[in-house]
Amino acid sequence: MVNESLNYAFSALADPTRRAILARLATGEATVLELAKPFAMSQPAISRHLKVLEGAGLIVRRIEGTKRPCRLAKQGVESVDRWLDVLRSALETNYDRLDQLLAGLKPENGEEKQ
Amino acid sequence: MSKMTLKTEGDTHVVVTRRFAGSPEAVYRAHTEPELIKRWMLGPPGWTMPVCINEAKPGGKIRIEWSDGKGAGFYLTGECIELVPFSRIVHVERMHLPDPTPDNHIVTDFTPDGEGTLLTMRMTLPDAATRAQMLATGMEHGMEASYARLDEIVSTAVGAAKG
Repeated sequence: MVNESLNYAFSALADPTRRAILARLATGEATVLELAKPFAMSQPAISRHLKVLEGAGLIVRRIEGTKRPCRLAKQGVESVDRWLDVLRSALETNYDRLDQLLAGLKPENGEEKQ
Repeated sequence: MSKMTLKTEGDTHVVVTRRFAGSPEAVYRAHTEPELIKRWMLGPPGWTMPVCINEAKPGGKIRIEWSDGKGAGFYLTGECIELVPFSRIVHVERMHLPDPTPDNHIVTDFTPDGEGTLLTMRMTLPDAATRAQMLATGMEHGMEASYARLDEIVSTAVGAAKG
């Protein structure tokens, strides 16, 4: 489940326009019109990107009259964030193991383990 | 040997440091020779590395596959860019989960530090937004809670960066 949503999240993040949209949303809620402004893109094109981001759980949209303002989805962002926690933890585990390997490689131990 | 640090730098970097009780040559070799890499770059307990290709030369291919022994796993691909024996490795890597993560450009420096080695791994992500997404607030402070979740996460989406 975590893996699946992470896959969607990373696919969504693979596109530079979508990353720029997220960066904009990190500063607060915005409508499609507001999001389309800085990009040389049509509203329907932006809407397609928003659909991908929504599907990946990275943004949520609410209905306000005819508008559908978007904002970052805390949960989706956290699932990407967790990837880095995993990286940190995996690195720590790996480096502890490397300490042991290096102890075995030391020349004063007489032999080099293979 | 000493505590690892993991910090952000500028808009797009993540910097990891760690001291080791081994010479720069030994630590460098542990990062470049597949037979040595396979002995430590394994991620969580119980995981194995059935494939480890690391062509330690400019343009050389990197491919590392991890398996949990129960049918789950993932892999990493990359390319070596520059190698300065016993002092620096420059490479790019991406994880496949199975979709590729954004390219991570990594410079790893091995600096003599007393009797040991200071390892500095500087990752550069494509842009600020990508890194911001990866480092959303609380990462540095929310570690304890993360560890509590780790068991659940490693069973499905485990990662281990090749340093």
